[in-house]
Amino acid sequence: MSRYLSLVLAYTLRNRRRSGLTAASIAVALALLTVLGASYKALFQESETSPAEALRLMTQNKISITQPMPVYYEQHIRQVPGVRDAMVWQWFGGTYKDARDPRNFFARYVVEPAKLFNIISEIRIPAEQKLAFERERTACIAGRTLAARFGWKPGERITLTGDIFPVTLELTLVGIYDDPHDDQTLYLNYDYLRELLKSAGLQTDFVGVFIEQADNPDDVNRIADAIDKEFENSPAPTQTQPERVWMLGFISFMGNLKLFLVSICAALGFTILLVSANAISMAVRERIREVGILKTLGFTPGEILSLTMAESVLVALAGGAGGLALAAALCVLIQRSGTAFAGLNLSVTPEIALASLMAAAVLGVASSLLPAWQASRTAILDALRRAE
Amino acid sequence: MKIPITYNIRNLIVRRVTALMTAAGIALTVAVLLAVLALVSGLRSAFAATGKRLNVLVLRKGSTTELGSAMTREMFQDLLFKPGIAQINGRPLASLEMVTVVRLPVPDNPRGMSVTVRALLPAGITLRNVRLLGGRWFEAGRREVVVGKNIARRSPDAKLGGAIHFGRQSWQVVGIMDGGRSAINDEIFGDLNQISSDANRTERLSSVLVRAADAAAVPALIESFNNDQRLNAFAQTETDYYMRQTAAGDPLRTLGIFVSVIMAIGSGFAAMNTMYAAVSRRTREIGTLRVLGFSRGSILASFMMESVLLAAAGGILACLLILPLNNLSTAVGNSVSMSEVAVNFRVTPAILAAGLAYAALLGLLGGFLPARMAAKKEILTALREV
Repeated sequence: MSRYLSLVLAYTLRNRRRSGLTAASIAVALALLTVLGASYKALFQESETSPAEALRLMTQNKISITQPMPVYYEQHIRQVPGVRDAMVWQWFGGTYKDARDPRNFFARYVVEPAKLFNIISEIRIPAEQKLAFERERTACIAGRTLAARFGWKPGERITLTGDIFPVTLELTLVGIYDDPHDDQTLYLNYDYLRELLKSAGLQTDFVGVFIEQADNPDDVNRIADAIDKEFENSPAPTQTQPERVWMLGFISFMGNLKLFLVSICAALGFTILLVSANAISMAVRERIREVGILKTLGFTPGEILSLTMAESVLVALAGGAGGLALAAALCVLIQRSGTAFAGLNLSVTPEIALASLMAAAVLGVASSLLPAWQASRTAILDALRRAE
Repeated sequence: MKIPITYNIRNLIVRRVTALMTAAGIALTVAVLLAVLALVSGLRSAFAATGKRLNVLVLRKGSTTELGSAMTREMFQDLLFKPGIAQINGRPLASLEMVTVVRLPVPDNPRGMSVTVRALLPAGITLRNVRLLGGRWFEAGRREVVVGKNIARRSPDAKLGGAIHFGRQSWQVVGIMDGGRSAINDEIFGDLNQISSDANRTERLSSVLVRAADAAAVPALIESFNNDQRLNAFAQTETDYYMRQTAAGDPLRTLGIFVSVIMAIGSGFAAMNTMYAAVSRRTREIGTLRVLGFSRGSILASFMMESVLLAAAGGILACLLILPLNNLSTAVGNSVSMSEVAVNFRVTPAILAAGLAYAALLGLLGGFLPARMAAKKEILTALREV
């Protein structure tokens, strides 16, 4: 075994530049494949639903998310059996600093601070910051990644100019929270928005979305039906969905993103296959005479086949490992980029890493199959005679 | 003295398998970039075709989108008296409109597709470049709608004589409209009063579209809307409004460029690999060429040329791969209107040229180091090599 190993190593290191370039090109392509895989996962199968998430439902106007509902609905919703609590979940569009720079875009939700931490129970925040958010009307809290993006520290003044709501919010950041699912959102107090709307003489009785928390995760579908039934014949009929289904609705809105991702991955996979197959066949051709010598020394065609394939797998795995490191770096880079993709919860999880390494190994085998088979079949005399 | 280009072409032909595989790798890299550029170009042309220069779109001050805007009937009545609005039969050509988004069931997406519904006055139809493909326009006071041709194609219910469901009841489809290449193809039009009362929004409407009397009147009209403190409105030309929506293509373009740049690095390494192999196989040839009097410079140029040829072959292959995509359509989400637009891939000559240039650049970058190695070889050691 060890003599094979040293042979494989010697082969791989024989033309270091080529092995290095091949591994590098596999690494780059696999890094991209890994990032795309992570995006796919983040978009379409964002982990299993967490226990806290499984309890949550979202209610919106049945016509569309852009139509508001009367705010008094909240009282009715809380009466529905099985609903532990309900809260306003209002998208505040508007602009931060210069709207023309897409990096200034982030999610901001108007919520009820006294309920937020019970309903979104994943949020972790120091007790005194939590208290400050609940107590001060103009307070807001931001996720850690979001705060890092703008270099915000508690005490930061944040001004948001509204569009849906024609008011200007002058907020003070009082806390930075952690949430494994989403730490790129800014939460602010509904009371503050109401106050501003009232003093501007504007309507205050309408909101976009309610978020509810159920007592029991098995109950969410029943509760959704019960809530919608409650408002069936009112001026604004509702549509209530489990949070996860609601989120998926937004993703499906992005069009054929799934198809894009899959076609890009396919093109990419095929490209690396070509690249590494090419490199391996160059390697085999280069030392076809040595194959002849090995054969005269008594190596069987099977051994030659496995030696060649082992070399290819080794290079591919080296590329794969480099690719994973690169992918992890790319994920961080994307989240700091401030593009539309910064909001994706990208990370190279162990499953994705394993899948990528397996892809690398399969790639190594697949790309060397033909050249290795040709090498093992070469007749000794032909191989020795080849002058190249 | 220059080494003839046929030398490079013949060399590529001799190593055709390797050359083809390298070129195919480059082709796929370039093809990904081109596909995305073609999609973004289609998106741009759809929005560019939507606005009309003489039309002025009025939103509530502070709003950037029709969806986020709230115009009242009172504001509409006030702005009708501004000078510079085109008149038809003594009445100003202006349409008060309400825009909302609904979900229509479609077979290709179990969650349905998001569609913009526009409730408008009859003048709104005159204001737009839109014609009927079949049926008739909706009548005021009836629960009737006219659907864009892209919607008619995707939704089984949105057919002439069919009925679609949104809001509180169903709506009779009485016509199918064609807005050329514009985003109107992805909208549903209906009577202002019917739809706004169904949505319980008779007072809180979205926007006003007016036609300026002539091109010279446009800036003055916009100014008079924007400077009227009491009106509290924000006006812009319809063209400007839609041009800003082309930003919907930005995430796609970013994605495409990101992917293709990274793929380019990968296939650049591959091209380098191939060229290094070519150089080391031809070491003796290089020595011979030098003996014949070709300078180091010509050797460098020749290998660079070979690399560019190889990459250009990949570029041409990419163009061939991408051409069948032309006019294929796919759905793209527009975050300004919160609804889907069907976008055609538009493979323009400029895009094809960009692809070839990109491939050539790849060849130049990948070929430089190997070519330099070839040029640096000493004659004697080169000739001695087996």
